[in-house]
Amino acid sequence: MKKQIYTHPYFLAGLVPALFFLVFYFYPLSGIFLKSFFPKGEVNLLFLDQVLGSARMMKIIWFTFWQAALSTLLTLACALPAAFAMANYEFRFKKTLRLLASIPFVLPAVVVAAALESCFGRTGWIGEIRHPLALILLAHVFYNFSVMLRIITGYWTSLQGEIREAAAMLGASPAQAFFHVTLPLLRPAIWAGALLVFIFCFSSFGIILILGGPGYATIEAEIYRQAAHLFNLPLASFLSLVQIVFTFGLMSLYTRFSKRAAQFIPKAGEIRLKPPERPWEKSLVAGTALFIIIVCVMPMVSLAASSLVHNGDFSLAYYRAIFENTTDSVFYVPPFQAVQYSFIFAAGALAIALVAGVCAALFITHADRHIKSRLAAFFDPLFMLPLSTSAVTLGFGIIITLDHPPLNLRTSPFLIPLVHALVGFPFVLRALLPALRTIPAQMGEAAAMLGASPLKVLRHIDLPLMSRSLVAGAVFAFTISLGEFGATIFAAPPTTPTIPIAIYRFLGQPGAMNYGQAMAVSTILMAATALGFIIIENLRPGNAEGI
Amino acid sequence: MKLKYFCLILISLVWIISPVQAAEKQITIMTHDSFSISKPVLADFQKALGARVVILRSGDAGEALNKAILSKNNPLADIFYGVDNTFFSRALDEDIFIPYAPKVLANLAPELLMDPKHRLVPVDFGDVCLNYDIQWFKTRKIEPPKGLEDLVNPVYKGLTVVQNPATSSPGLAFLLATVSRFGEKGYIDYWKQLKTNDLLIVNGWKEAYWGHFTAASKGDRPIVVSYASSPAAEVFYAETKPDQAPTGVVIDNGSAFRQVEFAGILKNSASQDLAKKAMDFILSPRFQEDIPLQMFVFPSNTKAALPKVFTDHARITGDPARLDPELMDKHRDRWIREWTEALL
Repeated sequence: MKKQIYTHPYFLAGLVPALFFLVFYFYPLSGIFLKSFFPKGEVNLLFLDQVLGSARMMKIIWFTFWQAALSTLLTLACALPAAFAMANYEFRFKKTLRLLASIPFVLPAVVVAAALESCFGRTGWIGEIRHPLALILLAHVFYNFSVMLRIITGYWTSLQGEIREAAAMLGASPAQAFFHVTLPLLRPAIWAGALLVFIFCFSSFGIILILGGPGYATIEAEIYRQAAHLFNLPLASFLSLVQIVFTFGLMSLYTRFSKRAAQFIPKAGEIRLKPPERPWEKSLVAGTALFIIIVCVMPMVSLAASSLVHNGDFSLAYYRAIFENTTDSVFYVPPFQAVQYSFIFAAGALAIALVAGVCAALFITHADRHIKSRLAAFFDPLFMLPLSTSAVTLGFGIIITLDHPPLNLRTSPFLIPLVHALVGFPFVLRALLPALRTIPAQMGEAAAMLGASPLKVLRHIDLPLMSRSLVAGAVFAFTISLGEFGATIFAAPPTTPTIPIAIYRFLGQPGAMNYGQAMAVSTILMAATALGFIIIENLRPGNAEGI
Repeated sequence: MKLKYFCLILISLVWIISPVQAAEKQITIMTHDSFSISKPVLADFQKALGARVVILRSGDAGEALNKAILSKNNPLADIFYGVDNTFFSRALDEDIFIPYAPKVLANLAPELLMDPKHRLVPVDFGDVCLNYDIQWFKTRKIEPPKGLEDLVNPVYKGLTVVQNPATSSPGLAFLLATVSRFGEKGYIDYWKQLKTNDLLIVNGWKEAYWGHFTAASKGDRPIVVSYASSPAAEVFYAETKPDQAPTGVVIDNGSAFRQVEFAGILKNSASQDLAKKAMDFILSPRFQEDIPLQMFVFPSNTKAALPKVFTDHARITGDPARLDPELMDKHRDRWIREWTEALL
């Protein structure tokens, strides 16, 4: 029996993500760590003084934690009521609102800064926020609201129906049902969302650099400064290691916690939601819509507007200009081609992340159920590490390790989807695990007893039951790739730039036309993202209400 | 399952359309993200060499150099373009370049030649200096500043935005200009006075120029640190070309720091003969005349003609701030640290 557990396809599936991580994550990282800590074969720990003896460094580490915690709490406070509305009621423009709320997630930091500035800045449309910290928090909510919303809504939707009806039948008031039934069941999803957002804010880089100015730094921003500008590779590597260890610790804590969460059977079929009827229900839905419009949509609208206004008049001048190669530069890439490259890379990243993610999720649930070891407890948090690994550290690592055939990928375009998949993969995994864990083990066992092969069980039981979460994970993997900047800038050959790189290029030079064009390309990025969402959501299996 | 098939098809598509690299002769130039070249010049470049020219942009200037150093045993490229004078000593100390005196050496501006062994040869230069919004000063009937000293004057209180020298290369150049101007002892005092005069510090050029500079954004700072060629870019990238640039520059009294960019042949390059030919082309008038409008800096070859928008609107200081490269390399980190402690 034991042997069977270790040769079960679900267990062997774990080899796929493990190998992927070993080659593209641990190997490059260990290369750069070895080079930093053991230069010329001797241990070099001089940099430790620069961390332990420095009040500034301690301040940076402290700031990294509390801004991430505050950002996460704020995002949760905004997303939880919105998720309640989204998961419980059917209303007009629900899909559109959800789609619009998700777009900010892919925007490059420079664009987000410009968008927030035009909306909440000195001469903003809505109001004036001057404190850098308030702007950082706002930007983090703007970025991460949809992550939290999608994860919680997806899970919550599958809680509808019988469980609550059963509670009501037993005499529970809606409030009692919420606090004693729904909320405990929702816990894994809330934790998943909160930890993802926390890790994102924990490793926040562009937003802190631009909106916070030089007075604020996170560990990630400091790694970049030390590595790229001060050539202090040992210190940068050490900080990366600190960041990785923290992430691992956080994720281990979370995975242990979420395993204890209750199990139940989610419905994969159609779920009919009611329209909001009572006044409080209506105002909740209206509030959700208003929040999404003001915080997520308005900055994007004002950004798009700034790409359409030239010298105070409505004009398509910037759009005309992006189709012209004024300086005849070889690096000029027509915007549609940049969109094309972005989509090709994103599709590649999505495919890799999905395959690796499904394999990892199957492996972890399998290991969890049948092997009473710490295997799952170790691998689950391990797979989350790329989310908060500094792009510059990993990039330098790739340069010194993946430098000979068959893995001479340093200048290959294949490196881009691979690196993007590394960052998108944890999302797929996080989205899948809660769904997969709630499928009772007996279901698969019964099917196996009746003669179904493990593949058949996967196809007919596990995959359909996690289809909803699979779509959520896919959306994230795809959009992360579309908007990814840090890793792309070092990996993309100049002839195949993605949209964020095109934006970055325009913003690199003075001249009003350049700024306008950057805004025009940003607007195209927003449109492309929306299109990507629509495509993926329509590709989902069956016709179940998507998340 | 549809999704899975869709992805499989896409993956195979990516494999198919990915360029199948033929075994032709080629040379790779590693550089920073601001590098650019026009199509006709690249075509001539490849013709002159009889080889394909691959350009590898590798992050910003410091990041790109660091990559070159990390990969020195198995270099990513044959030529590195874009070591600036602040990183000059470090690049030479790492011993990643081989000496080569290009054919046109005699035509290069002599004050830019810094390495007697010609491991690094100057390819272009530009001056980092204060830019100001001409219209802003005109409407308020205030004289624009004439030198660094003016900025501490109460008249200019709250008007200036600069970049953090720890995260921005023009920011570092500007810090070095103040070190050159006020000396190693006096520069921190100058900066403290700037701080009392309500100076705004941001992390990068983009945030300063596009986020706070009145001439380029809705910001409220009419003075920004940028390049002496930025006014030319303002004219060039205007939809209707104005006669006068909307921005002016402060370049007198040693207030502008000259950034010189160098190129060299990487030590373990597999095709050094081709790389030598390539260096000759990079310094020839054909390539050098392409530089101004591609990168908005000046060519190092004195025989290269400048485009009209440059002769009309871009400026070169006759009296740049100077610092010894050895001194810069030795003290750069300390200056940045002192600056960070005093200003942030």
